[in-house]
Formats: sequence, C-alpha cells, structure tokens
Amino acid sequence: MPDAVAKTTVTCTVNGKQRTLRVYPMARLLDVLREEWQLTGTKEGCGEGECGACSVLIDGELVNSCLVPVLQVEGAEITTIEGVADGDRLHAVQEAFISSGGAQCGICTPGMILAAVNLLERVPDPGEAEIRTGLAGNLCRCTGYTKIFAAVVRACQRTQAKA
Amino acid sequence: MRSFLPAYDLQAPRSLAEALALLEREPGVWKPFAGGTDLMVLFEAGALPQRKFLGLWHLSELRDIEVAADAVTLGALATYTQILGNATLQREFPLLCQAARETGGVATQNRGTLGGNIANASPAADSPPALLVYDAELELVAARRSRWVSYQGFHTAYKQMDLRPEELIGRIRLPRSGKSWKQYYRKVGTRKAQAISKVCFAGLAEVEGGTVRDIRIALGSVAPTVIRCVKTEAVLKGQKIGAAALDAAKAALAEEISPIDDFRSTARYRLRVAQNLLGDFLLQLNASTLKNDWKRHATYERFDRLP
Repeated sequence: MPDAVAKTTVTCTVNGKQRTLRVYPMARLLDVLREEWQLTGTKEGCGEGECGACSVLIDGELVNSCLVPVLQVEGAEITTIEGVADGDRLHAVQEAFISSGGAQCGICTPGMILAAVNLLERVPDPGEAEIRTGLAGNLCRCTGYTKIFAAVVRACQRTQAKA
Repeated sequence: MRSFLPAYDLQAPRSLAEALALLEREPGVWKPFAGGTDLMVLFEAGALPQRKFLGLWHLSELRDIEVAADAVTLGALATYTQILGNATLQREFPLLCQAARETGGVATQNRGTLGGNIANASPAADSPPALLVYDAELELVAARRSRWVSYQGFHTAYKQMDLRPEELIGRIRLPRSGKSWKQYYRKVGTRKAQAISKVCFAGLAEVEGGTVRDIRIALGSVAPTVIRCVKTEAVLKGQKIGAAALDAAKAALAEEISPIDDFRSTARYRLRVAQNLLGDFLLQLNASTLKNDWKRHATYERFDRLP
C-alpha cells in the first residue's frame, strides 16, 4: 500500500451552517457532501464533469462537485439542493419543476434546479438561448428537456410577478 | 478503477511566493493543480501518474485580467467565465471568448482556467488555437528568475512544453495589434456544449480588395500539439481569394497537419474538415465578390443544395 498522506482540516459554510472536517485533501466535494454530511440530494452521474448531476454552488457560482477537491472549498460558502428551499417554502424554480413536470426519475433534478437557480440569479429574464446555455452542462435522459425549459420559463414569470 | 484517496497529496500555498519556493525546493515533485476540470477526471479514473499536487486555486495574484494600451494580460488562473465577462476581450479578442463559450458548460467555465488549459497541453484544447493567432506571450514565473516566451513553440511535442520544473505559467499577454482583422473560429465536436473537439480552427485575416494582406491560421486536434499553420499562411499571403488560392492552401494544409485516428474521430475526417473550415474561412473573408467562383468549387456545391 502506498504511504498515506496526512488528513487536513477544512472549514466551510454549507447551506448557511459552518462545518469543519478532518479529511484527505483530494477528497471530492461530492463525496464529502454525501458521505460525511449526509447531504445526499447531490447526485453522482458520470463522475467526470459531463452530466451536471452533482452541481452545487460555491460562493454563488455553479460547479460540478465531482471535480472539486475539498481543499479548494476552504472558507467557501456552498449551497446544495438541500439549501435551496426556505424551510418548508419551496423556491420558485422547485415549484415550477413540480407544476411543469420538469422532473421524472430525479437523478438530474437537483443539479438541474441549481443550474436554473444560478441562471436566474445571473440573468433574471433569460431568453430561450440563454436558458439552453445555462443548462447546457446538465444532462437529462428522461424528459427530453422541453418540460425543464418550460419550468424555468414559468419560474422566472413567477419571480417577476412577485417583484 | 478509482484512485486510492489517502495516497494523493494536495497542498494549498497561501501566496505565489510560497508556491514558487516549494517548486524551487523540490523541483519536479509537485504537479500544479488549478481548476481541476481535467485532472479530477483522471483522478477519478485512477489515471493520474502524479501523487503530489500544488493547489493554485487560491492564488489571487494570478487571477486578474489587466487591460493596458498595448496589451491585455490575463492571470493564468483567469477562468473562462472571467474571460467571457471582459468587454475588451469580447471586442478585440472574440476568438478567445468563443473558445471560452464553447468549452464545457457553465460549471466547467467557472472552474476551468486559461493557464490550466495551456499547461494541460492537450492538442485538443480549445483556447490555444485562438492564443496562437493572437501571438500570445507567456510569463513563466519562478522563485529566482521569471521569463517571457512566445506561446508559438511553447508546446514542443505531444504533452511536452518549454516549462522548467521550478516554473509556473504566471500570465498570458495578448498584444493589441490595432489591425482591423476579420476573425473566424470554429470548433467541430459532437455537440456545442460539453464536447471535446474533433477539429478546432482559428483564423485572422486582413483583406484589401479581395487580396489577403496578412493572415494567421491555427488548429487544434490535428497534430501532436496545437499548431500554427505558417506554410498555409505563406501560400495565401498576397493572393486573391478564390478557388485557385483555396486549392493551393488546402494542399499546403494537408502537408502541414498530421491528424490521427482516435476514439473521437478519424484522420480522414479531420483532414477533410480542417480543409473545409479553411474554405469556409476564406469564403467568410470574401463572400460577395467571389460568389460565382465559389459556386464552381466542389467544397461549396453542397451548400447550394441546402434548402
């Protein structure tokens, strides 16, 4: 067996709560979220940055958590699917995915919702091309995407009606 | 098979000076690790030859994009998202922005860095063809002595570079030529997002009255390194754009590139596409005046048949 390296301490904020962990520095953020902190809403699809199922937000930016070694999130603020709703009140994007039928098997859904939430934060009133670009890194093998795009459109209509 | 996690070390120095001191002390031991969008894929596949990594992500010294009168200088850790958000790059270096836009998706663009794309040294990388036609220069920083080199020639063979063990890529400088280039970029892959190129083409040209005054052409995925096609450029310089010039240039290009068969495409397809992209580039340079000439050209017959 090769020599083991020392574990290191990583501190970050996850869904508003500060977390500290002793961990091997190259551990994937995805594995830490799921296996150390039991945040299993984040899914593993391909494990190589192609599918977006493991998408989370780091300091407000969309990332594939399978490609982020945990050492890189020292001091960062992370949002996972568990942190998108406000308590029992779902986010407009989550509501829209339900009402538009944007979720089927559910494996892509957490990543897809985070990509959509991030898109609407950057571009509050996206056109179709912007929605396609914003979600281009998230693959869905069930819906054919039409209902997902419809959900994003509905979410942004709802957000704007409120504003 | 997955890598055995406890066997892999990743250090995160707090400053560039600290990182360079470590490289100076233990040259060749530490592999630089920026956004990780490629290295983590190899890690998960158990295909990383190195065991010790020097994490650069938090080095703020290498992150800024500076615009000066004569050049735009990008820190090696500038991400694709930063590139896309820079107005000067959008206006004057659109090929780099297009490469950034067509690399991965939003999540990859947030993490992938320009310096990482260069140092990863893949011949299929998307930003290097743009950097080559813009005559980019690289600052190679080290604890004791830093140097500037031309990006052309930096990649010496497949995955090999003119980078010493104690050096890091610090900054990438793009001279502002002030020329009114016509600019062309085309990445051919299986889809627009997320795919790795089968062929990638970047071109700049200065055209006057249908004649090529100056031209720069670079391609990715058609040789052991990304390649600036100087012989093809020489064939076209001073020529009237037309079928004769295109035929001569296509022949020169075929001599200059050396595509291979691999899991992404075939040598034959890559050669044909590279030549067709060259034709498309020339067509964009002078579509109106030479329409009839083009119509007789085999490459464009199929365009006429399109609805």
